Amino acid sequence: MLLKTPPRNVGLHSVFALVGMLLFSAISPSALAENGYKDSDVDQLAKLLSDLPSANFKNAAILINKSEGFVKEAAKPELDEVLSGLFDAYLEGKLYFNKSTKQLLILEETDGKLSLKDPFNSALLGEANKKEIKKIRVNNRLRKTLRKSIARLTLFHPDQEVRLSAVDQLMQKLSDENVSLLKEAQESEKSRPVREKIDIALALFALSHTEAAVRKQAVTALAGNMEPAVKAKLDAMLSVNEQGEYLEPSKAVRTAAQSSLSRIDSKRSIYGFFETVFFGLSLGSVLLLVAIGLSITFGVMGVINMAHGELIMLGAYTTYVLQSLMPNHIGLAVLLSIPAAFVVSGLVGVAIERGVIQFLKGRPLETLLATFGISLILQQAVRTIFSPLNRQVITPDWMSGALQINPVLSLTYNRLYVILFSLIVFTLLLLIMKRTVLGLYVRAVSQNRDMAKAMGIRSEWVDAMTFGLGSGVAGLAGVALSQLTNVGPNLGQAYIIDSFMVVVFGGVGNLWGTLVGGLSLGVANKFLEPAMGAVLAKIIVLVALILFIQKRPSGLFPQKGRSVE
Amino acid sequence: MNKSYLKNAIASTALIGSLSLAAVTQAAETIKVGVLHSLSGTMAISETTLKDTVLMMIEEQNKKGGILGKKLEPVVVDPASNWPLFAEKTRELLSKDKVDVIFGCWTSVSRKSVLPVIEELNGLMFYPVQYEGEESSKNVFYTGAAPNQQAIPAVDYLMNDLGVKRWVLAGTDYVYPRTTNKILEAYLKSKGVADKDIMINYTPFGHSDWQGIVSDIKKFGSAGKQTAVVSTINGDANVPFYKELGNQGVSAEDIPVVAFSVGEEELSGLDTKPLVGHLAAWNYFQSVESDANTAFIKQWKTFIKDPKRVTNDPMEATYIGFNMWVKAVEKAGTTKVDAVEQAMIGIKSPNLTGGMAVMNKNHHLSKPVLIGEIQDDGQLEVVWETDGLVAGDAWSDFLPGSKDIIADWTKPTRCGNFNVKTSKCSGQNF
Repeated sequence: MLLKTPPRNVGLHSVFALVGMLLFSAISPSALAENGYKDSDVDQLAKLLSDLPSANFKNAAILINKSEGFVKEAAKPELDEVLSGLFDAYLEGKLYFNKSTKQLLILEETDGKLSLKDPFNSALLGEANKKEIKKIRVNNRLRKTLRKSIARLTLFHPDQEVRLSAVDQLMQKLSDENVSLLKEAQESEKSRPVREKIDIALALFALSHTEAAVRKQAVTALAGNMEPAVKAKLDAMLSVNEQGEYLEPSKAVRTAAQSSLSRIDSKRSIYGFFETVFFGLSLGSVLLLVAIGLSITFGVMGVINMAHGELIMLGAYTTYVLQSLMPNHIGLAVLLSIPAAFVVSGLVGVAIERGVIQFLKGRPLETLLATFGISLILQQAVRTIFSPLNRQVITPDWMSGALQINPVLSLTYNRLYVILFSLIVFTLLLLIMKRTVLGLYVRAVSQNRDMAKAMGIRSEWVDAMTFGLGSGVAGLAGVALSQLTNVGPNLGQAYIIDSFMVVVFGGVGNLWGTLVGGLSLGVANKFLEPAMGAVLAKIIVLVALILFIQKRPSGLFPQKGRSVE
Repeated sequence: MNKSYLKNAIASTALIGSLSLAAVTQAAETIKVGVLHSLSGTMAISETTLKDTVLMMIEEQNKKGGILGKKLEPVVVDPASNWPLFAEKTRELLSKDKVDVIFGCWTSVSRKSVLPVIEELNGLMFYPVQYEGEESSKNVFYTGAAPNQQAIPAVDYLMNDLGVKRWVLAGTDYVYPRTTNKILEAYLKSKGVADKDIMINYTPFGHSDWQGIVSDIKKFGSAGKQTAVVSTINGDANVPFYKELGNQGVSAEDIPVVAFSVGEEELSGLDTKPLVGHLAAWNYFQSVESDANTAFIKQWKTFIKDPKRVTNDPMEATYIGFNMWVKAVEKAGTTKVDAVEQAMIGIKSPNLTGGMAVMNKNHHLSKPVLIGEIQDDGQLEVVWETDGLVAGDAWSDFLPGSKDIIADWTKPTRCGNFNVKTSKCSGQNF
């Protein structure tokens, strides 16, 4: 009997743990407590936290510290995980309580269904009734306390990523308590990146040591390290107080600090350069996306379409509509809206071409005015249908956040995706123009309409298709913009000038010109911005562009040959 | 003459009399209320709400029997977010429609465009939005916050409660942020903040590419001192700004952003995830629990027929302004501008957050100031409030040019730009 029971328990335990992990990968720690873990410690913890629903912010902070102290005392890893799981939920605003029983609950959302869970034994409590439960409010100060608590509780967590972020948190506040914990972790830590980070944190702490030799050693150890905290601390050591004395008394340490700091600074400036290039490319890719549709309608067909911005706006609204149709699959809705926006804007484009533009062929001024009128109609229509207020388009989780390359350089995911997306759209468009029958027709009609007609090309059909293609691409730009900026009736107006600018700069009728033009305008803008501010940078780019156009009226890549006339 | 004839005669005269009386009431015996808010163009997003608020207040006042026995009649015009058109529409309202009062404007530039006209034709306007101050017109009552009722208390809160030592003043490039930041810079320096600890940044309207600026703020904030951003970024540009902050991993605990133009209405149009924990300073939040507020929210949702609509600070300012005007007209017994203007001073009217707002001699209100933290449901939770009422200061005490200037519209001063050192009224009224 004695031999039999434990294995069964373990088996059940791991099955439960596995199921728990699968179901609630976010709050996996509690899975360990799943197996009817009815230790009195947990009950005591529950009792300790039972005042949380009625506590104000100040008392809540006291409760957090108390329960952390209690868990520390108990020294049971399971308890650590229960509490850190509860704090995680608290931090994210998922901790609720039952209005009548005052029982603490964790609200979870899976596929749009809200379900409740007991934070102490992970028991599922069924679907949530929003009327019966109330959220436990949290403010910034509490969030700070919670983060530090969670860091201390998860410093020995099995997951390396969790440990890393715990060290990151503790590094920001090197109190005696945190330092002794870090020292403890240093001894047992097996993973290299985590140990390196702990070393940095402890060296940072050693910078305030009373012995100069220890400080000097720490300074040398931190040379070239790019953690912002290191630079801040070294800067502080080299600064002068009101009496004109250095905060770092020893000259030798100061010299060492100076050389460490200059290494840090040179590294930072290199990465700063890369960052600016990335910012420029990402602004450029937005410009490319909004302009590339226009480079087809304006560049190839020669139609000045002032409603181009509104076609972008329609693409963005398509994303909004799809997201509101499928509120539980936000990411999928964004992906689906790519073809949907292409179709919607494309159809509207074809309608504009068939309904208005074809009758105004060869009369650019009338086309300009008519399409401007259409842009106003489309804006007002959107205002009437969707309200003048901006609409909420949610960014899916996989597009939020940043790719952290090092403490100084991080590339935001949404921008990375937009750069990628714009390059894909560009390539596809290039292929269509160069490799397909439609592309051939379009080029033929734009080069010599009469001759193309004589060869049996239905030039009117080609016009409609080309305009539809350009408009559809504008819709694609709208999907990308919905992830970066506001979705409202004025969305298009903000981009119409920019897109004309890019097309004219790059050379009318040349897709490569639009690519180079868009990206170089973006990069130029971002390099000017830090020095002269966003407003002036924009003005300077505009002035430079005007001068450039004076010199080379047909842009970077002018069309050559007989087709120019 | 027999009795029945007499009876008939009296009855018919009475009938005719009442009919003609009714006709007269219809034609002239209404009080006309002009509503000058943009219903189209870029500002429609904010101003349409205020138009609806005024219409709701008028409807309710009419249910109570109007004012002085007369019904209120709204005259709604659309200046279409076009600043010169604001002046034209004001002229139209005052000369053609002969309105007794105007509720209107949102942006400072539209108010500045209305001022010469309303002073020339001696009209009366209530302006319900927070603004940069440095103005007091005889013909305008300012029911929104002056800088000392929003920006200065917010900075005090950050400095004293959150221990902020480094400051980013970020704003959209136009008159309100520039003036507010000038005041704040002077104020911070008077509190001993060094030049290198203040970073000022301006961006164009509708700016959407915040990567570089957020990255700069991040660098500025990593110098080891608690940093905060005081944002006068206007409306639309806020969404990408907060998104970028979230994406670059700047959380509200590290670098809190306190905004003066982000309220419930603006939050209802966006994904609040990246904003949670950031701050806003206003005189009113929908989440404040009071009987007056609950009733107001209910009335608004019924009037607008949409249970999801929210209330915000400029709506409360409109509410207070309207109620004060009603009281002033009743006190003066007439709608004549000069009488109402004098009657307004000293009028008290309840705030929606509890307590009484008072109209001061400088045509600005005394109101409480609240700081709220943005929640994920788009509401703001109060984390700090001033002890009592703060009197709106038309001329900032922190700007060299306006330190000695006061506005006082009671006798004998009767001046909106009075220099207490030289005892001279500049003659310029706005």
